[in-house]
Amino acid sequence: MNNPSSQPNGLNPQGRRAIEIVNAGLARRYRKERRFRLYGISAILASLLFLSFLFGSIISKGYSAFQQTFIQLDIFFDPAILSQESLSTANYPGIVKQSLRQMFPEVKSRQDKRMLYRLVSSGASFQIRQMVLDSPEMIGQTLQVWVIADDDIDMLEKGHFDLEAPEGERRIKDIQLAWVDRLKKESRIEKRFNRILFTAGDSREPELAGILGAVAGSFYTLLVTLLLSFPIGIASAVYLEEFATQNRWTDLIEVNINNLAAVPSIVFGLLGLAVFLNFFGLPRSAPLVGGLVLTLMTLPTIIIASRASLQSVPPSIREAALGIGASKMQMVTHHVLPLALPGILTGTIIGMARALGESAPLLMIGMVAFIVDVPGGFTDPSTVLPVQIFLWADSPERAFVERTSAATIVLLAFLIIMNASAVYLRKKFERRW
Amino acid sequence: MTVDVKTTAGVSGIGQTGRILYDRESRETVGEPFVEGARMTCRGVNVYYGDKHAIKNVALDIGRNEVVAMIGPSGCGKSTFLRCLNRMNDTIDTCRVEGEITLDGMDIYGKEVDVVPLRAQVGMVFQKPNPFPKSIYDNVAYGPRIHGLAQNKVELDEIVETSLRKAGLWEEVKDLMTHPGTGLSGGQQQRLCIARTIAVSPEVILMDEPCSALDPIATSIIEDLIDELKQQFSIAIVTHSMQQASRVSQRTAYFHLGDLIEVGDTAQIFTTPRHQLTQDYITGRFG
Ligand SMILES: Nc1ncnc2c1ncn2[C@@H]1O[C@H](COP(=O)(O)OP(=O)(O)OP(=O)(O)O)[C@@H](O)[C@H]1O
Ligand SMILES: [Mg+2]
Repeated sequence: MNNPSSQPNGLNPQGRRAIEIVNAGLARRYRKERRFRLYGISAILASLLFLSFLFGSIISKGYSAFQQTFIQLDIFFDPAILSQESLSTANYPGIVKQSLRQMFPEVKSRQDKRMLYRLVSSGASFQIRQMVLDSPEMIGQTLQVWVIADDDIDMLEKGHFDLEAPEGERRIKDIQLAWVDRLKKESRIEKRFNRILFTAGDSREPELAGILGAVAGSFYTLLVTLLLSFPIGIASAVYLEEFATQNRWTDLIEVNINNLAAVPSIVFGLLGLAVFLNFFGLPRSAPLVGGLVLTLMTLPTIIIASRASLQSVPPSIREAALGIGASKMQMVTHHVLPLALPGILTGTIIGMARALGESAPLLMIGMVAFIVDVPGGFTDPSTVLPVQIFLWADSPERAFVERTSAATIVLLAFLIIMNASAVYLRKKFERRW
Repeated sequence: MTVDVKTTAGVSGIGQTGRILYDRESRETVGEPFVEGARMTCRGVNVYYGDKHAIKNVALDIGRNEVVAMIGPSGCGKSTFLRCLNRMNDTIDTCRVEGEITLDGMDIYGKEVDVVPLRAQVGMVFQKPNPFPKSIYDNVAYGPRIHGLAQNKVELDEIVETSLRKAGLWEEVKDLMTHPGTGLSGGQQQRLCIARTIAVSPEVILMDEPCSALDPIATSIIEDLIDELKQQFSIAIVTHSMQQASRVSQRTAYFHLGDLIEVGDTAQIFTTPRHQLTQDYITGRFG
């Protein structure tokens, strides 16, 4: 080999073996990789930390709302009071008060009596009424009944009450504390699972307030959103991706869809107010309108996710279908859509989860009203979970603080279920080709 | 040997065997592009991708029960030309096809022509095996199903079986009918795709480098299969392997930068090419 320009194998122009240069740089390359991994791990740890902080604070504040204090009363179903013309309009508060008076015969003054009555919730009389209506044969008997305690007593039992404060500033006076102590000694005070939280609508009384109305409102709203945004979103994505010819119009549409996805959600609320309520005259505070507004908000997300998912279906599958004589529609429905469906579903669920957590646009269309009744349909006035959280967070009573957190826990649980099912669906239907 | 070209202006010299070799600059098609009773005829076909002129004024016939091989350097337009024959180019927005292509005398680019029945008549096998991510049975049954070729399940079963038999795959998969087609080996997948194509009983089968992803054994199985299939179908095959072209085809067409340079009897093309470019290509000077 006498050609001077030719190099022996494995030697570079400087006469060093290439492998030596590679080895020299190796340590630096690995250092870089280690540093990158470190960054990644610390980023994940930081977000986990914040997440656990969030969950920790919400759960520690909210878990106590899943329990509620009850007081056992000896209720005499007094025929004198209940022999009225109608059982449903009888003086049930009177029955509760009578039984309290009998249990604390030493209470004489009017003011003290009023304080005594305040130990139990105003919901107690509704409870008695329901019992009587369910089984009128109770009339004349004396039964031991657990009735709901007032929210102040509930807070006291849960330790959220500041006993150090001077009596004048306390909502529970010393005399009431003494009564509570006596009830406790007789084991007539007990904390039980708070069913009301899950079975009642909103209320001014924290101990009677529940999230069922908001959950039902969210359900109807999301149902409208899903029924509208899923088919419209898929149809738009399929049309844009498979049928529309790429030109300036489709570019314009694409830019606008991406824009809509970034528009602050309150703007959709304003739009809904102007269009659905003021122009079309649809009912205020109704899940139907809420669903329409959230559809506008969710559509871009679903369209973008569906288009990405359609794009990821390999062109060879399309060619195979077309090459055999499938029409474009058959190609889409038989092959492309089934393959794109997991991605579309994931996008839809993530969009729905966003819609579930959305409150701002719904404030604009009046879903922020105080509504006691659980909505039974799409046009009943209602509110939704995040708005309920907002409403409760705004209430002065101490007992609403823990209910706010409890409603947040429920909302988070729904969100976790939805997002987990998105992951599950993706894993389950993921195909390889 | 007669030289039946319209012009002799491009004659560049006399080869060692006394042949006339056409000059490298000459772009007239040399040889016999036309056959008696052709199944498909192409006249003056031009294809553009936007401004790019990908196929330049090509005329070629595909006869009955023959295999036409298309060879040429990469990027010369073989796939483009092949995809004109069943209008697969329609799916590319920028692609424009001019000229006349007929199938059994009918202009396939005519206004009233529907591509769905056309593609049922002119089937296509692609370079990369592309079975549907469905069962083997459904892969083959898909075409007959959408075209309504079978009246009932028994007939459909029969079509599936005969197609798989013709594709030489039946013995290997007859117990795996419900298994996914994508789970087969590459060569099996390609034969599955061939079975899928012949299940709709096309008249012409287009194959774009059907063996480029396969090993020699799978390749020879498919070459035997092509030999079988030509009893029944007309076949146009694009290939980069000149051995393959000479093994399976009766006629060979050599493309160069969008021009059809030379067409002729396969044996003649590979032994005594009449165009300098063809000779350069088959002797391995470029491409
Ligand atoms: N979709 C397309 N858009 C624009 N130009 C294209 C497109 N497809 C092919 N071309 C161009 O057309 C010419 C012919 O391409 P074609 O795929 O037909 O070549 P080929 O002969 O099949 O090559 P190969 O042997 O590598 O497959 C090439 O120059 C290519 O760049
Ligand atoms: Mg090609």
